Amino acid sequence: MSTSPPGAGVRVALFATCFNDTMWPETPKAVVRLLERLGCTVEFPLGQTCCGQMFTNTGYVREALPLVERFADVFEAYDAVVAPSGSCVGSVRHQHAMIARTCGQPALEQRAEAGARKVYELSELLVDVLGLTDVGATFPHRVTYHPTCHSLRMLRVGDKPLRLLREVRGIDLVELPEADSCCGFGGTFAVKNADTSVAMGSDKVRNVRATEADVLVAGDNSCLAHIGGLLHRQRAGVRVLHLAEVLASTEADVAAEMDRSRVADLAREAR
Amino acid sequence: MTTSYIGMPKFPKAAKAALENSQQRKNLHHATHTIRDKRARVVGEVDGWEELRVAGAAIKDEVLTHLDSYLVQLEESLTRAGATVHWARDAAEANSIVTSLVRAKGADQRIDEVVKVKSMATQEIELNEALEQAGIDAWETDLAELIVQLGHDRPSHILVPAIHRNRAEIKEIFTHEMGKVGQPAPDGLTAEPRVLAEAARVHLREKFLRAKVAISGANFAIAETGTLVVVESEGNGRMCLTLPETLISVVGIEKILPTTADLEVFLQLLPRSSTGERMNPYTSMWTGVTPGDGPQEVHVVLLDNGRTSALADEVGRQALRCIRCSACLNVCPVYERVGGHAYGSVYPGPIGAVLNPQLRGTASPIDKSLPYASSLCGACFDACPVRIDIPELLVHLRTRVVDERRGGLPSGEELAMKGAAWLFSDPARWERAQRGAELGGRALRRRDTLGRIPGLGAWSDARDAPTPPEETFRSWWKRERGSEGDR
Repeated sequence: MSTSPPGAGVRVALFATCFNDTMWPETPKAVVRLLERLGCTVEFPLGQTCCGQMFTNTGYVREALPLVERFADVFEAYDAVVAPSGSCVGSVRHQHAMIARTCGQPALEQRAEAGARKVYELSELLVDVLGLTDVGATFPHRVTYHPTCHSLRMLRVGDKPLRLLREVRGIDLVELPEADSCCGFGGTFAVKNADTSVAMGSDKVRNVRATEADVLVAGDNSCLAHIGGLLHRQRAGVRVLHLAEVLASTEADVAAEMDRSRVADLAREAR
Repeated sequence: MTTSYIGMPKFPKAAKAALENSQQRKNLHHATHTIRDKRARVVGEVDGWEELRVAGAAIKDEVLTHLDSYLVQLEESLTRAGATVHWARDAAEANSIVTSLVRAKGADQRIDEVVKVKSMATQEIELNEALEQAGIDAWETDLAELIVQLGHDRPSHILVPAIHRNRAEIKEIFTHEMGKVGQPAPDGLTAEPRVLAEAARVHLREKFLRAKVAISGANFAIAETGTLVVVESEGNGRMCLTLPETLISVVGIEKILPTTADLEVFLQLLPRSSTGERMNPYTSMWTGVTPGDGPQEVHVVLLDNGRTSALADEVGRQALRCIRCSACLNVCPVYERVGGHAYGSVYPGPIGAVLNPQLRGTASPIDKSLPYASSLCGACFDACPVRIDIPELLVHLRTRVVDERRGGLPSGEELAMKGAAWLFSDPARWERAQRGAELGGRALRRRDTLGRIPGLGAWSDARDAPTPPEETFRSWWKRERGSEGDR
């Protein structure tokens, strides 16, 4: 008799986030693969756009208001919503009600408060809702993990991402020095205060390089775009990858990747 | 003397200059990490730390909610204890009150100097400069304040004003400057801390013994008894508060605690958060005048200077809970790199970024830029002993800055934000915009990043920009799963 998978009967709406949807589609794809592998039913409501974080955190609360309403309209029907971004979940959970309040919309404030309780960052959904730390992943690389500020200090995900990573087959997980220091991205801070942002990022990169990891993993592609942009400019030979993509990776994916690189090697030799 | 903060450039410009000072970067990194670690150790050993924070916030909120009646109670208690209470609406009023008090004292014995206990309120109102204009020298007696004053410098930290200086720099300042204003530094001064402290001690002793008037602030003012409290580490405060004949204290109106018992909470929170010590070394408390003991003429100047306008803001008022411990500075990744001067105020760091635009308003370029001088990482909130939600306040003040700018000619930023909001308001419109990214992605298929992008220097001067993918997630989903979930 086979036991049902841990996610059986769980229907999850994916909030891909506008940034992942447009710039990092492999991350939401990985969330879909991972959750379906665990038995969940994943839906992607096409009415979704953006949580409004960039507007809110730059002071454009009034521009964020219609997005708060859109989010409530699109996701209200679901019992669980997952997003592969600590800061976008932070925006929904800790800012949507405030935006409605600031703009004098008490009915929307209530809807936002109720909705916020059902929105999970990926590691929260896996550990708290599905009760898992071993998601059956394989990722045979030297990895270090950067806990992004909003996951850590807004959502308080604690060591959930690390507990998930520790169970990954083949992983060589090394501790990042000064891990909980901000990388300096900070949304529009990265351009409004570019010099300070880069100074902060440089120290993060120094710590990443000191680990001699091949892959830097985090739960927010926005922070990774900033750190990754600095690493790439330095030709550091460290790639950045979202937590979802590590957790979605299976033995078959690893074998396929090895085949691909073998083919590439052969092609190079043939030239 | 320190120079005024008027005309400070906006934060990013001042920060850029500060970031280039490698010696200062090194000094700041060393100092902030040392205090940060020390604080974390002594906070970690208190079982009920979170309960203490909650209690501290609650006591301050009680005072702020009923400030009108607590202020009247404080005035009555102070007057009963023999102190004279003065009310100052702003810096100019406070400075003129203090200057007249010093001058009045000098009617029979011309007073041309005062000794000072380190005080944020008097720095905020630039009292030293006002006294100097009136021909009165104000001698700072806190070691770090002395270093700043002798170096014709500005403080860059609330608790450790000379945090940006190292020992070698301090030795140079003492050697060249002490003799110009009093007891010179001894020959053969070295950069050893003990030797530097001894030189300061000798230099200051002469001033302590001569001074007729002292000026202080107060960490706490007890409404019930009229007791003022000064918390310090060097004993210089004790000298100033006991030796002179006249004591003038400039106290912000938010410094009130209802009863002496409330000190139980704050004398645990403050030293562990600020210096990382379990107990504060010198805690001085005085209640008006005690005949035959200590200053026989005691004045208290209660200072508003923008505090009531901060109080009027329901979200912003929590900044008035601040007890000036500077824990938020020490954990702040921005402060750690940039230092205090770029904030253009005696209140630097995260608390400065939320306090200055409230106390001074958001008219000047520096005050408009301060709410943006943060990556919103949240380390400050976790460290704050009175639970000021600084990230929430920063966003609140950013909203104020943007709202105040609305209605005029829209800035490039406002147009970009409105344009983006327009795209996001309709999924079909957003999807069409994403097509542009996909086209770009296909055109750039062979490159893994865009490298430098002309016109996007703020991002790409130091960071390679990512190449957009050839297919967005939304397109992939529709291709793979059809329009399932369309609603």
